[in-house]
Amino acid sequence: MKLRLRLKPSRTAQNIALVVLFLVALASLLAGFIAPSPYAEQFRDAISAPPSARFLLGTDDLGRDRFARLLYGTRVSLLLAPAAALLSTFLAALIGGLAGYLGGRWERYVTAGIDLFLSLPWLFLLLAARALLPLNTSPITSVAITFLLLGCLGWASPARIIRAGTRTLVNSDYLLQARASGISGARLFWRHLLPNLRPILLAQFWISVPVFILSEANLGLLGLGVSEPLPSWGALLRELENYTAVLQNPWMLAPVALLVIVVGCLQVALRTEDQIPC
Amino acid sequence: MPAAIFRQLRRILLTALLGGLLGATLVRLGPGFGVDERELDNRLSQESRQAIQAEHARDSNIAMFYVRYLSGLIHGDLGFSRSLNRPVSQLLKERLPLTLGSLAYGVLGGVSIGLALALLTACWRVPGSDIAPAFLAGACLALPAAVIALLFLWMNVPGRWAIALVVFPHVYRYSKNLLVATYQSPHVLAAQAKGLSNSRILFAHVFAPAAPQLAALVGISVSLAFGASIPIEVISDAPGVGQLAWKAAMDRDLPLLVNITVLVALMTLVANSLADLALAAWRPDVSRETA
Amino acid sequence: MLRIDWQAKAPAPQSSIAATKAGPTRASAADQGVRPTNRRRLRRFSGLVVHSCSKVGQTLSSANRAFFATALLSALTLAAQSTNELRFCLRGDPKTFNPLLVEDENSETVLYLTGGVLVRLNRYTQELEGELATKWKVSENGRRIDFELRPNVQFSDGTPFSCEDVVFTVRQLMDPALHSPQGDTFRSANGPTEAKCTGPSSVMVRFPGPVAALAAHFDQVGIMSVRSAHKEAAVLGPFTVAEYKPGTYLLLHRNPNYWKRDSNGKQLPYLDSLRLDIQQNRELELLRFRRGELDIVNKLDPEMYDRLNTEMPRAVVDAGPSLDWEVVFFNQVSSAPLPEYKRRWFRSDEFRRAISDAINREDICRVVYRGHARPAAGPVSVSNRFWLNAALTPPSYSVNSAEARLARDGFHRSGDALLDRDGHKVEFSMITNSGNKLHERMLAFIQQDLSKLGIQLNVVTLDFPSLIERISRSYNYESVLMAFANIDLDPSDQMNIWLSSGPNHQWNPSQKTPETIWEAEIDKLMQAQAAAQDMKQRKAAFDKVQEIIAEKAPMLFLVNPNALSAVSTNLKNVTPALLRPQIYWNAERLSIGNKYVSQR
Repeated sequence: MKLRLRLKPSRTAQNIALVVLFLVALASLLAGFIAPSPYAEQFRDAISAPPSARFLLGTDDLGRDRFARLLYGTRVSLLLAPAAALLSTFLAALIGGLAGYLGGRWERYVTAGIDLFLSLPWLFLLLAARALLPLNTSPITSVAITFLLLGCLGWASPARIIRAGTRTLVNSDYLLQARASGISGARLFWRHLLPNLRPILLAQFWISVPVFILSEANLGLLGLGVSEPLPSWGALLRELENYTAVLQNPWMLAPVALLVIVVGCLQVALRTEDQIPC
Repeated sequence: MPAAIFRQLRRILLTALLGGLLGATLVRLGPGFGVDERELDNRLSQESRQAIQAEHARDSNIAMFYVRYLSGLIHGDLGFSRSLNRPVSQLLKERLPLTLGSLAYGVLGGVSIGLALALLTACWRVPGSDIAPAFLAGACLALPAAVIALLFLWMNVPGRWAIALVVFPHVYRYSKNLLVATYQSPHVLAAQAKGLSNSRILFAHVFAPAAPQLAALVGISVSLAFGASIPIEVISDAPGVGQLAWKAAMDRDLPLLVNITVLVALMTLVANSLADLALAAWRPDVSRETA
Repeated sequence: MLRIDWQAKAPAPQSSIAATKAGPTRASAADQGVRPTNRRRLRRFSGLVVHSCSKVGQTLSSANRAFFATALLSALTLAAQSTNELRFCLRGDPKTFNPLLVEDENSETVLYLTGGVLVRLNRYTQELEGELATKWKVSENGRRIDFELRPNVQFSDGTPFSCEDVVFTVRQLMDPALHSPQGDTFRSANGPTEAKCTGPSSVMVRFPGPVAALAAHFDQVGIMSVRSAHKEAAVLGPFTVAEYKPGTYLLLHRNPNYWKRDSNGKQLPYLDSLRLDIQQNRELELLRFRRGELDIVNKLDPEMYDRLNTEMPRAVVDAGPSLDWEVVFFNQVSSAPLPEYKRRWFRSDEFRRAISDAINREDICRVVYRGHARPAAGPVSVSNRFWLNAALTPPSYSVNSAEARLARDGFHRSGDALLDRDGHKVEFSMITNSGNKLHERMLAFIQQDLSKLGIQLNVVTLDFPSLIERISRSYNYESVLMAFANIDLDPSDQMNIWLSSGPNHQWNPSQKTPETIWEAEIDKLMQAQAAAQDMKQRKAAFDKVQEIIAEKAPMLFLVNPNALSAVSTNLKNVTPALLRPQIYWNAERLSIGNKYVSQR
């Protein structure tokens, strides 16, 4: 028997959030039609230009249309970051869940393994990945590999929480009843245990999306990530490190504003329960 | 009890040392190991270049390196940093207090803010009251740690509070989902129906079942905070272990990296063990189940 | 905190920071231009202030009087807190204080400020001047140098300076076991080096082989004391290391025994101390400069220069094109893991010249460097007046010329793509070091420029060790964009780059024999200029080297960035130079002009 939460969601906020997300995704997919100029073209006579009819968000310091780069960057990041987040969430659920479910010695080994995993300098694995990749790898292959690696490396922290959550559920009444009914271990794990970890799994997914978008930008420092001239959200966000330029050109905040809206809407859209009165 | 603590300490130490070996292996196998930017100095003679290469070649056998490292460790010698030209023990002694202080602020601040907001949104009666914290947490996640650090520098706020802002969204989101889900449990509804006070429900019937996961959350906040401390210390030029770790990684300074890996492993293991111990004290039933 | 008390045996310093904070009552204050008339004016002014205060006080209530008194006291204290300390930043910790093992820039800064040298290249006039040596003579075709030493000079700890210190230093320098980079510049041949005193204040050094620009190399050799127990700590330069907190700051105090005096006979340096904060973050450094916490920012990047120029136009300095290079080179190593057709491209003179013609250097200067750079013609910057081959000009940007060169080499267009004679699409990668925004922008520009020829350029930024490994160990790269920092004017320091057997002959290092005729020619010319002592002969040889480089383009010289710095208007006697260190090359003569600066 599954433990069902009684849900009475208020749909208004969620509907608005879903509509916003849909519009953003649609705009990024139709970037080729919406963007007034190619994302790579350098208008060398209009360097760091302010917003105008020609350049809706102005140009960057190489004369490239910021609006076009934002649209194309959204496409890359919105497509791949959630995929990587799904992968890391799945791995965390599997490893953390199994550790808590099996208990005993296995749990101790897996927990120690998770802690060890969290301590290692994974930077060098990423450097090795860059070294193994040919220098002429296509940008999309390089970015796909980047997000795959991020997904494979991002599971350890949530796995610990999932393990803890699994421990509290493993001897709950409904699971005992399911076992008594003869349901096997694997089915018990997948059909009765994991779905009740949904709050944690959703939290993990929600956090991972912006974290991976930013991590992709940092990986650019190692030669991974999205390579020029393909734009990415992460690379656009790194421009904010030039804080005085941001103060003078506040339209540079457009990418971070969009990301905050997307991340916020994602959380609201993923909300599955109403507010509970104290 | 002392035997259990001793076993736990032994496990922590062995795991940390294993972490050091694995970390050293990763560094050794990574590209750029053994090269030295001094080789680009066009003044150097062939003999000088060979001497530089020989220095690096000494560490190329990772097993021998680690044996030397362990035997030095027994005598309190943590090795010598090639990139900074100083003993590692001295470097860590100078830098550890700053980082530990920042981590303490970061973890305590992040956990406090995250939990407080989660409690507010879990308890607030106003529909949509979680939207503002959601966007605030989203903003903190969306801004790169380096940008947060720069913002704080510009406002003359110590960088350690930037770590708190990096940690809090994780704590907030997990704990908010946990608390809301727990509030919807049948036993809480029953307790509310029976007229128990809000505070009693919160502490006895909401926190208690969520305790294992909250404890785990506090535990992983330490490794989250350390991860955040690296870009923040680099940006704010704070001479802590985070800045040292980045420099060691960029220079492929093996002795320094191994020590930092062991240190981070120890901190993570100790933090998580303390979280487990706290849980054992609060929920011995849960702990006994997994013993 | 490591506190170095190197002045234990020396007389107590005339000045200290504590004394400075007490107000300008010391002898040095008078020496720095606070003339007696100014002191009388100061006393009259103080009296006027006190009198005015008493009048005002009579009219105020007691609470307001207390507040006013406190405020006034604070203001007067602040005003009296003058400081004669110069503040700027180092980008990292110095790796060593041993003057003979200096390799990194931060240690070089410390050496420059604390080390005493026999001769000094004046960074402004680019002429060699005597420091601890009053005279010198080069003979035996550049193998021998004789110095006449300055008398009555002491180290910072009071130990007398003599010819034995020079002999000791040279012996340490040339010790093969030490592997001193400065020593290696003298090592033109194998064999022992002879150094001995030839008189009470004269010394002779004889090297195993001729050394080009022999005297100038001693600008980098800090003399150590043979007698002092403090060794590295006993110095002959204008400042000594007083405090060092790793990761935080380095404090230098004036050397009380410094030998140099100004034209009025006053002992130098004028400054009491230098505080070098260890700061990597450029944004933070700029912020602190704007707040008045720093006096100098070295090596400003163009964007920061322009930002500062709008707010503090008097504080920025553009000294003109520096000696530094921004270059692109292709992998021509025979054993490199490259497809044969790519190796053929990179070894083709026409291909390299075509790429050079297709890169718009003017746009790079205008946009990437915001006008603070000049297109480069070759390895010598226009600022290096003597060594520049003035007949050479930077390649003009011309897509037509590039296409013509490629056509001559069998390349042709097929749609948007360029193909070689065998039908391979022309696509290759260019790597550079990550974290350098200027390089990232240059790569984007070059990528766009080459796309007009139908060439697909894949740009990859790598961390520095990975980059070095590829270009000097595995040779697993295709082309590179790199920056080279040049400290010296003389091309003899570039032997390892231009000689085909040189390990820094970047595009094809350590050749057993020259693989091309033109590389053999360059070898001959470089060796000729190194062996010759006559400057005209040396210049003629190196002019030819520059012509060959321009024709064969083994390295594409893109731009020479300008030397940009920021200097506080409080700093006096600043004469920005092109050679490093650009601002504080005359540190012993710098002084803080406005002593009453409240932000300090």
